Amino acid sequence: MSRLLKRNRFLIFRRIVQLFFPILFVGSNIYGWKILEGNYSAAYVFGSFYLADPFAVLQMLVAGFTLNFDLILGAIIILLVYGLLFGRSFCSWVCPINIVTDFALFVRRKTNMNRYDEKMPFKRSLRYWILVLSIVVSLFSGVAAFEFVSPVSMLHRGLVFGFGFGIAAVVMVFLFDVFMLKNGWCGYICPLGAFYSVISKYSLIKVNHTKSKCSMCGNCFAVCPERQVLSIIDKQSGSIPNSECTNCGRCIEVCEDDALHFGKYSKLK
Amino acid sequence: MGITRRDFVKSSAVAAAAATVGISIPLSVKAGKEKAEGGWRWDKAVCRFCGTGCGIMVATKNDRIVAVKGDPAAPVNRGLNCIKGYFNAKIMYGEDRLKTPLLRVDEAGNFNKNGKFKPVSWKRAFDEMEKQIKRALKEKGPTGIAVFGSGQYTVQEGYAAVKLVKAGFRSNNIDPNARHCMASAVAGFIQTFGIDEPAGCYDDIELTDTVISWGANMAEMHPILWARVSDRKLSNPDRVQVVNLSTFTNRTSDLADMEIIFKPSTDLAIWNYIGREIVYNHPEAIDWNFVKKHNVFATGYTDIGYGMRTPDHSKFTEKEKETVKNEIGKVISADEAVSLGYLGYKEGDIMEMKHRGTAGAHWLITFEEFKKGLSPYTLDYVAKVAKGDPDESIEDFKNKLKKLSALYIEQNRKVVSFWTMGMNQHTRGTWDNELSYMVHFLLGKQAKPGNGAFSLTGQPSACGTAREVGTFAHRLPADMVVKNPKHREIAEKIWKLPKGTINPKVGSHIVKIHRDIEDGKIKFAWVQVCNPYQDTANANHWIKAARRMDNFIVTSDGYPGISAKVSDLILPSAMIYEKWGAYGNAERRTQHWKQQVTPVGDAMPDIWQIVELSKRFKIRDVWGAQPVPGLEGGLPDVLAQARDMGYNPNDTLYDVLFANEKAKSFSWPDPIADGFQNTEAEGDKRKIYGGDGQLWKGYGFFIQKYLWEEYREFGAGHAHDYADFDTYHKVRGLKWPVVDGKETSWRFNAKYDPYARKAGTGDFAFYGKALKKVPQGNLTGITNKEKKDLTNKAKIFFRPYMEPPEIPNKEYDFWLATGRVLEHWHSGTMTMRVPELYRAVPEALCFMHPQDIEDKGFKQGDIIWVESRRGKVKARIEGRGRNRPPRGLVYVPWFDEKVFINKVTLDATCPISKQTDYKKCAVKLYAVNA
Amino acid sequence: MGKAINTSRRDALRKMIRSSGIFAFGGFGWGAYLNKAKVSNLVLRPPGALQEEDFLNSCIKCGICVDSCPYDTLILAKPEDNVAIGTPYFKPRSIPCYMCPDIPCAPPCPSGALDVNKLKAQQDTTENNGLDINKAQMGLAVIDTDTCIAFWGIQCDVCYRACPLMDDAISLEYERNERTGKHAFLKPVVNSNTCTGCGLCEHACVIEKAAIRILPRDVAMGKVGDHYIKGWDEEDEQRLRNIKDSKYENTDEVPAEDYLNNWEDLIDE
Repeated sequence: MSRLLKRNRFLIFRRIVQLFFPILFVGSNIYGWKILEGNYSAAYVFGSFYLADPFAVLQMLVAGFTLNFDLILGAIIILLVYGLLFGRSFCSWVCPINIVTDFALFVRRKTNMNRYDEKMPFKRSLRYWILVLSIVVSLFSGVAAFEFVSPVSMLHRGLVFGFGFGIAAVVMVFLFDVFMLKNGWCGYICPLGAFYSVISKYSLIKVNHTKSKCSMCGNCFAVCPERQVLSIIDKQSGSIPNSECTNCGRCIEVCEDDALHFGKYSKLK
Repeated sequence: MGITRRDFVKSSAVAAAAATVGISIPLSVKAGKEKAEGGWRWDKAVCRFCGTGCGIMVATKNDRIVAVKGDPAAPVNRGLNCIKGYFNAKIMYGEDRLKTPLLRVDEAGNFNKNGKFKPVSWKRAFDEMEKQIKRALKEKGPTGIAVFGSGQYTVQEGYAAVKLVKAGFRSNNIDPNARHCMASAVAGFIQTFGIDEPAGCYDDIELTDTVISWGANMAEMHPILWARVSDRKLSNPDRVQVVNLSTFTNRTSDLADMEIIFKPSTDLAIWNYIGREIVYNHPEAIDWNFVKKHNVFATGYTDIGYGMRTPDHSKFTEKEKETVKNEIGKVISADEAVSLGYLGYKEGDIMEMKHRGTAGAHWLITFEEFKKGLSPYTLDYVAKVAKGDPDESIEDFKNKLKKLSALYIEQNRKVVSFWTMGMNQHTRGTWDNELSYMVHFLLGKQAKPGNGAFSLTGQPSACGTAREVGTFAHRLPADMVVKNPKHREIAEKIWKLPKGTINPKVGSHIVKIHRDIEDGKIKFAWVQVCNPYQDTANANHWIKAARRMDNFIVTSDGYPGISAKVSDLILPSAMIYEKWGAYGNAERRTQHWKQQVTPVGDAMPDIWQIVELSKRFKIRDVWGAQPVPGLEGGLPDVLAQARDMGYNPNDTLYDVLFANEKAKSFSWPDPIADGFQNTEAEGDKRKIYGGDGQLWKGYGFFIQKYLWEEYREFGAGHAHDYADFDTYHKVRGLKWPVVDGKETSWRFNAKYDPYARKAGTGDFAFYGKALKKVPQGNLTGITNKEKKDLTNKAKIFFRPYMEPPEIPNKEYDFWLATGRVLEHWHSGTMTMRVPELYRAVPEALCFMHPQDIEDKGFKQGDIIWVESRRGKVKARIEGRGRNRPPRGLVYVPWFDEKVFINKVTLDATCPISKQTDYKKCAVKLYAVNA
Repeated sequence: MGKAINTSRRDALRKMIRSSGIFAFGGFGWGAYLNKAKVSNLVLRPPGALQEEDFLNSCIKCGICVDSCPYDTLILAKPEDNVAIGTPYFKPRSIPCYMCPDIPCAPPCPSGALDVNKLKAQQDTTENNGLDINKAQMGLAVIDTDTCIAFWGIQCDVCYRACPLMDDAISLEYERNERTGKHAFLKPVVNSNTCTGCGLCEHACVIEKAAIRILPRDVAMGKVGDHYIKGWDEEDEQRLRNIKDSKYENTDEVPAEDYLNNWEDLIDE
């Protein structure tokens, strides 16, 4: 039991964190709590300052939004928090769609769907193209383009303010991940994740690898949603260099050799 | 702060005006706030468009008109405007504004009648004009040149033009488009009262109980007055009655208690029916007290033709001759056999037109004769003749006629009859006008507040300029005429001309100018402030004459229209707020404005164009002996006399007429013009190279003030008194005669009119001086040539019903009436360039009865040919909407040059007034691809 | 060998063209969707909302205003609402704006999409933080006189009495009922200067489908040109400030030249 707990310690902690924010948001909407009002796009913290989604703000700026101090500051805070500190951990620790996509992964595993997945229809770099495209389209359409289609937003808005037909977008992400492409949404499509990858190249907290301890068992490869980031396993020691790593910690949990752990950013040796 | 005395006077005048009408004046006007903090300046002016004469305020910023507002201190409109007035700020800035003189030239740059227009300098333009005028004078004498004038001239422009043409060139060939607009009203006034223009004023609307509109779609053509009529109706809906008499249903019917649709031309019969009702059935209603003291009875000839040319004219087609033959003899119809029975005519007889040359002649008759004349106009006869809607029952129509006459006759009911083009554009327009006074006089309902027959005018200064200044072929200022030697003498004295300078032979009226060009009699014509090649009936003739014959046509305009297109030289004119000026409206109100902005491009004011041309002629060029066709001995050589008066034969007309000593005494700058520019007086910020090729620096004197002050000498003391120039820049207009600084609201009424008081004939005096010595006779003619003196009396005319010369038949089976629409002004040169107005009404439609559309096999929105014996035009059918003709009549507005309806219309005129009848001709309608 | 290089180069080129084609395809599709998705010109926004176009590029869709509304008037748009997704709006027939004097919704807006400057009280006052809900311009009430039963002569004026700015935003016009000869019509008239568009009237309207309805102001209202000023209204002159300096260009062109040189068509033979 304790082993199971240990092998899932980050997963459980992540789920707690992932649910913590929506509870505060919903509490604010329904009970008028003043802790965290709003949603993942922007939030009012203790009625005193704002946090904002830097990717959304970036699109808005391109779309013609006039600078607004509260919002820019809120976006900068988030930018610094992830960019300097936690890396792409938004995706695995905060983003509610992660629960959906993880569940999709689980279903895939249980139904052995993975064996159909030999041919990748597109590359993981697609999300960067979509990232660029969302900026370009924002520029020409005059509105934050991704925010109009984002299933992520539809999910978190839905959680707080009611889903309506928005639930369909979430179900589509789930079906896509189960039947079409493993880790399809987060790993190939989502420009928000791509955005966090771009900004967190040098974040402080990274998964570190100790080559000397590694027995090359491959457990980490089995669980990692972004397997390409594990290219250094058994080759070099130091922080995972690829910022597409979401700091989910699954690899650490499953590592039998204690060759992986969270730590300060350090260069590859 | 330093409020000047002038500002104080201005403010107090406004405040006083405001106090009398009991309205509040916004501070901006009250304080005389001329420079607002935003950098714009407000100043008073007049609406550019119709004869209502609404006051406006104009905002200028950076030398451009940016906005207008209705002037809340203006008594006519009290701050309101119609939809045309709403766009005054936009009319001057259309994309294709004419900005430089354009001359037809060949490759080498020489004038060529068949060349293309190319920009030329002002000097080149005047060189060519001088050459062409000198050629015309040499070939044809003074009658070889002509000016198409306008009721949209400013007072000073009209005055300068008349002075140059009549005193300088010794020609009477200047006639305004106002001839088409209210000449019949003028003739009616002169023959009835001996003096032109209405007795009453717009305040009659608020004072009357009954508004009867005869052939005047006031709701569209005088919207601000119509708003006043509507308010009067609403103020007391039971008491106040409104009647609309028209040949088709229009928007004026909407408010009316009763609409009478009559057959074209039968308004004459309806007036006579009312007259008969009074005389035969309600003799007690006759105000004998009034009639005996102030009226006489009169009549005139009926065989006067229809103002057309005779059928032997070489330019007529066979088709045209079918109509034109009526000019020399008309077959009497069954209807006419009744109305003309007193002359012995029977149905089928031919009325030979023996008195075409003396159409205006008239003589006194007795009341008994008058009564006898009215006897055929029974209800049965008139109802049969006049019913205009075939779908209306005769009984309904009879009831309406009875109700109409009852309204007029009802004791203690005040009645105002308004009319415009329906009664004026009429082959018997003068008669029609006179019949209105006939009814009002019999009932004693004339020249009293709230009572009277009131002729409305179409153009902004048809009264102020065309009529009062006298820019007509037969007139001089202040109701004087060239025929009268005394009048010529007065004019020559004021103008400081040698005796005999002015040509005593009446010139060509505006239609005749066109005809004379076609006949090769006129070789040079100058179009000023009008568009005669679009607005004259039977246009095909005139356009061909202009383009294909040896002559030289000049058009001065702000925008290119058909007249510019058929001209040889085009001069770019400054538009209304780009110059100093004055207009006079239909209630005799004269209103002045200042130049607000510099003209665009190289455009220059018309006064400047007229005066620059005058520099090209020395008096020895024009004041020698001159041949005049039809004037025995021609015009005398007056150069010797001129020398005696101190003139040098080498003095130019400019020196004599416009830059004389008196003129120069009006110095520029002048305190009244403080802060305003004057392109004529001092030049302007542009670099204009003038008629002499030199940089234009101005005359150095206040020419507009000089022209005004000299002009008003004509009327002073003759019941045409105006205030001085400066006063008009302080007040919101004044109704002449202005005596002792006071305006006159009701003329001929001793209570209100100092001239009537002076006459000493009791409560009223019809003191007009014209045509007051008249022979006597009976209904058939003059029996006693001895002329009776009618001083201070007005005439009550008997005039019979007659048909127009062209009536629908089997081939040409529809009546065609033309007219205007609210959204567009005249030929649309200004309003069609205001994008909003263009979008609202982009084309002229052919309004038609839905049943006729069906019967003809057309559909709503089809484009059809409208064809007469003279020409044809394509127009789109409209079976709904604002104008709803009865079966058998179509209405096509004339503002749209793409629907050139005047190719179709007939150039028949009232033989007395020479005003064209645009309201009736016969057309056929057929599908475009049939 | 050379041929192989050529082939690979051509391949690379083809790939590049293909990628940019797909990129453009996606961009246009996305843009087209946005153009449709953001057109919701019949939507009523919370107090202080910017002009619709600016509002759309400024609103970050956080829902803080929705959280703040004590009456649950505001809704965060769901995909099926036919309103730009995630943006706040209200449906007065369901729940109107009750015009809270302290305006809880607008001030917390992080992005300025709800601009408190548009709600500043005329006079300097500290009451309600210097805000005045009467300044709100959420929409404008428009009456269908055919179905409004007051225009039938029925003495209704429910909307008039529901109006928080009674006698100002809605007043009654009295007119004689000529049919009965004994009664008067009491017809509601909306004053567009003072109507805030709160929708209490629409909410209150007693007929089956409201005869008085709130439309967005820019939908309901016309606009007069600045070339004409009300002569009787001192304030109206302020519109002259909008006039831009435009110089009338003096060019040597003769724009009418073609027109003038073509007279032959005037002559019928």
